[in-house]
Amino acid sequence: MQRHWLSLGCRRPGASDAHQGGTTVLTVSARGLDHVSLNRLLAEAAAAGERAVRVTEVLGHRYIGTGLGGELSLTLEGTPGEDLGAFMDGPTVRVLGNAQNAVGNTMNSGLIAIHGSAGDILGHSLRGGRIWVRGDVGYRVGIHMKAQPGNGPAIVVGGAAGDFLGEYMAGGVLIVLGLTDQGRQRPVGNWLGTGMHGGTIYVRGSVPEHRLGKGAGREELTDADREELRRHLEPYCWEFCLDPDSLVSDSYTKLVPLTYRPYGRLYVSTVGEC
Amino acid sequence: MRNYLLPDFLVQVGEGCSACGRCARECSFGVISMESGRPVARHSRCVACARCVTFCPTGALRVVPNQVAHRHNPYWSVSLRHDLMRQAQTGGMLLAGAGNDLAYQSIWDHLLLDASQVTNPSIDPLREPMEVVTFLGAKPSALQVEARPEGTLRLAHPLPPQIRLEVPILLGAMSLGAVNLNVHRILARAAQETGTLWNCGEGGLHEELYEFGPSTVVQVASGRFGVHPRYLERAAAVEIKMGQGAKPGIGGHLPGEKVTAEIAATRMIPEGADALSPAPHHDIYSIEDLAQLVGAVKQATGFAKPVGVKIAAVHHVAAIASGAVRAGADFVTVDGFRGGTGAAPKVVRNHMGIPLELALAAVDDRLREEGIRNEVTLVASGGIRSSGDMVKALALGADAVAVGTAALVSLGCTLCQACHTGRCAWGLTTQDPKLAARQDLEEGVERVGNLIRAWATELREVLGALGINAVESLRGNRERLRAVGLDAETLAVLGVQAAGRE
Repeated sequence: MQRHWLSLGCRRPGASDAHQGGTTVLTVSARGLDHVSLNRLLAEAAAAGERAVRVTEVLGHRYIGTGLGGELSLTLEGTPGEDLGAFMDGPTVRVLGNAQNAVGNTMNSGLIAIHGSAGDILGHSLRGGRIWVRGDVGYRVGIHMKAQPGNGPAIVVGGAAGDFLGEYMAGGVLIVLGLTDQGRQRPVGNWLGTGMHGGTIYVRGSVPEHRLGKGAGREELTDADREELRRHLEPYCWEFCLDPDSLVSDSYTKLVPLTYRPYGRLYVSTVGEC
Repeated sequence: MRNYLLPDFLVQVGEGCSACGRCARECSFGVISMESGRPVARHSRCVACARCVTFCPTGALRVVPNQVAHRHNPYWSVSLRHDLMRQAQTGGMLLAGAGNDLAYQSIWDHLLLDASQVTNPSIDPLREPMEVVTFLGAKPSALQVEARPEGTLRLAHPLPPQIRLEVPILLGAMSLGAVNLNVHRILARAAQETGTLWNCGEGGLHEELYEFGPSTVVQVASGRFGVHPRYLERAAAVEIKMGQGAKPGIGGHLPGEKVTAEIAATRMIPEGADALSPAPHHDIYSIEDLAQLVGAVKQATGFAKPVGVKIAAVHHVAAIASGAVRAGADFVTVDGFRGGTGAAPKVVRNHMGIPLELALAAVDDRLREEGIRNEVTLVASGGIRSSGDMVKALALGADAVAVGTAALVSLGCTLCQACHTGRCAWGLTTQDPKLAARQDLEEGVERVGNLIRAWATELREVLGALGINAVESLRGNRERLRAVGLDAETLAVLGVQAAGRE
């Protein structure tokens, strides 16, 4: 283990070095460690009061940051394995590389920033915190993410997303920017927002009608939406060295639930009056 | 739309009525009201919960089935015809509470226990030690013991996490939402006082009950309601709910009007929001995925507590249970088709799943064949009605049973099957604070505790009569069961001989 100077992200206008991710960190190589040993080591570092840890040579190690609380900041170099940051409650995880499936599964709070692409079911049942991806994501991203009063979760995808984005969505914000689209004009797949009954999805550009799932409806963007976009996109852009102003002012498709009570009239009681 | 439905029940006020109005105050379904100083009934609303009858001080009330002379037709039962009318009038899916009420054969009632006679003396459990303590958790295939320098012995490898249960009876999963916080308080304290575990179900654990963590099994279900690191940390054990016997293959909908401030805070969703539990876990599409979630929960809890998987009894339950064990489950709960529910589509509740008895035998067999039975604690649940059912479940291969409906009955439930209406007159499956207050904490704890203690005493009595002195020796001991009136195929699945066979 060694200590290194690590500087990440772009300079936030007017911020000092200390506020842009630059800090002296403990560095750990994951080479030769199984995931249980690596995660034990990280938990011990967190318990010992380390503020930031850099892990190099990460190669498919599962459950990094899973169940972790506190303020620890992890920077992962390589490709972390499944369930990165599952049940996580507070820490910041940066991935300098790609991530696999189930990133931020049932996460409570914190930040996961992936500088590459990520796999399926990112942000499954996400309840709070933020997940940012610079590249593309797989299928069923943001599935069943939900709002909690005062702690709405947000997912921002820089590239394109696969089918069933925001399925069963119950709350929070999902933003897809389509920056890696390369002219395909397909930032999202089919069955977008199927069964959504809460939350908001913003997709930069237009979305053809046939991509919308049952339950998702279009709504015009308001000034409040622009503010919401700015609130999420500014810090996202600082992380990935993008220009927030042009992204915020672009045209977006906004999707909201057609009904917040999709199953309100589905049943009849078998007892009492009909 | 005209209503063709006739009332299912009639409320009759007899001569002795003192017009005290108690019945009208007790009725939560709006059946009885006082008019001109006399109770008047709107029969069509009555669900026969018997609350009014139980509390009528003069015994003047009767609730009777509405015996209208329908032409006799056992094929087209009156209940079926009523359901058709309800659907014709609303177009809705029939919603029901409690467990499957159809008259399928109950295998428990065709199994009889052996007893000691002459050559294998019975034991008097009132005078002799009788061990019913059960440990929940995976067991190693072999133990390695090493000698310490000072001459004492110790295990060479740490055991997987174990929870000591004073009795092999757990309180089954009932979520906050299905039942109210008062019921959770009762179950938590009853479990603590009897040295067993209760299960908070899939709707989270109220902050107030965190102190009962060491007696609590918490669930991680498809909706992930209330699941966060502290919830997992506080629990004695974590159960991943894949299925429920009353409604295998489907999820659940807690409608927004039941999501009170209390429930919203515990489920960690906004007040009044629909709480939808999807049918599958969206991160689980295979046994490998299940292993991944078991691993994530173990990682999040520092490998310090048993992590289990609850599955509904379905056709391939043995293969699924085997997969769950291989996915790392320390305990597997098999929930039979008689299991209760706060609300389920009637078609699912009444027609899906298989009997617990068959599922249990099949799972125990399969795990033994594969040499992994020791790696898991097997919990049987779903319609365990008595200590007799419990003993038979243990003999068929369960390590412990979990009871839900039986515990509710101990608290007053009359199985009126109106759980889904949220108007439970006994204060169990309702979020109405006035109705919930009908459950007295102290009395409730005593009632549920008494039930567990009574069953444990009966278990010791039966063990004594069987001539064995530890529940360990009953487990999977199908030789001590004999069947009456079951067909050969059923006997083969059960691994039980017909009565009279040597």
